[in-house]
Amino acid sequence: MNDDLKVVLGRRYHFAASHRLHSTQLSDEQNWRVYGKCNNPYGHGHNYVVEVRVSGTVDPATGMIVNLVDLDNFVQREVLEPFDHKSLNEDVEAFRTIVPTTENLCKEIYQRLKHFPLAKLERVRIEETSNNAFEYAGEEFQDRGAVR
Amino acid sequence: MVYLTRKIEFSASHLYHNLALSAEENRRIFGKCNNPHGHGHNYTLEVTVAGEPDPVTGMVLDLKELKAILEREITERMDHRFLNYEVPEFKEQIPTCENIARLIWQILEPKIVQGRLYKVRLYESADIFAECYRNGANHA
Repeated sequence: MNDDLKVVLGRRYHFAASHRLHSTQLSDEQNWRVYGKCNNPYGHGHNYVVEVRVSGTVDPATGMIVNLVDLDNFVQREVLEPFDHKSLNEDVEAFRTIVPTTENLCKEIYQRLKHFPLAKLERVRIEETSNNAFEYAGEEFQDRGAVR
Repeated sequence: MVYLTRKIEFSASHLYHNLALSAEENRRIFGKCNNPHGHGHNYTLEVTVAGEPDPVTGMVLDLKELKAILEREITERMDHRFLNYEVPEFKEQIPTCENIARLIWQILEPKIVQGRLYKVRLYESADIFAECYRNGANHA
């Protein structure tokens, strides 16, 4: 009766990192105008919350889509270790060439997690502060007017 | 289409144990969730109903009605219960967040006749949730 029912597991992770928003394609004045104090030369930091959503079949033996220990280990290795207490600009290769806005951070983390072998990555949501949130579900996701 | 969401909370205990597996396998797979006397959570349930607002009342469905359905069908069954022993479905299934969310969907779907059940999201803690929706729903 519920064969077409989709079940998704969401898990939130926390890391702290610094960044500076500065585009090499803009002049110093343009950078300041676009990014304001996010362009301060020495950078600043956030406590980021990364919400990872995966889907798959619920295993009848375990009642789980995926064992959280396996998901936690994967996210730990792919995201938390390389990002936590780091400078995104200096310590993460991808952000040497692109600006570490949270939009770009969503896409970078999605790329790192999409190869998780035990469930399908549905979406990455990042809260940069409690007032800002960004989501990315891959380029193939077609928004047809949706609810969160 | 308009989507409305109602939230309720309930507290319950559970443990993860599959009788078909050995004690060691249960321990390995489920870790401390396998502790024999169980443990508990404060669950937060978000139920989303989709529909068109009634032209007379302006409502998809009356929130009082949805609240009454949730209290009757979910709070009565699950609040302050030991899920493994007091919810019959969990004699056969392990009461993981995924399975509880799916059971809640199965219970609620036939009860919501104004609008249609669109999504169930169940938080086991602030950092873990499971959600159910129909495949192909315009989900974001």
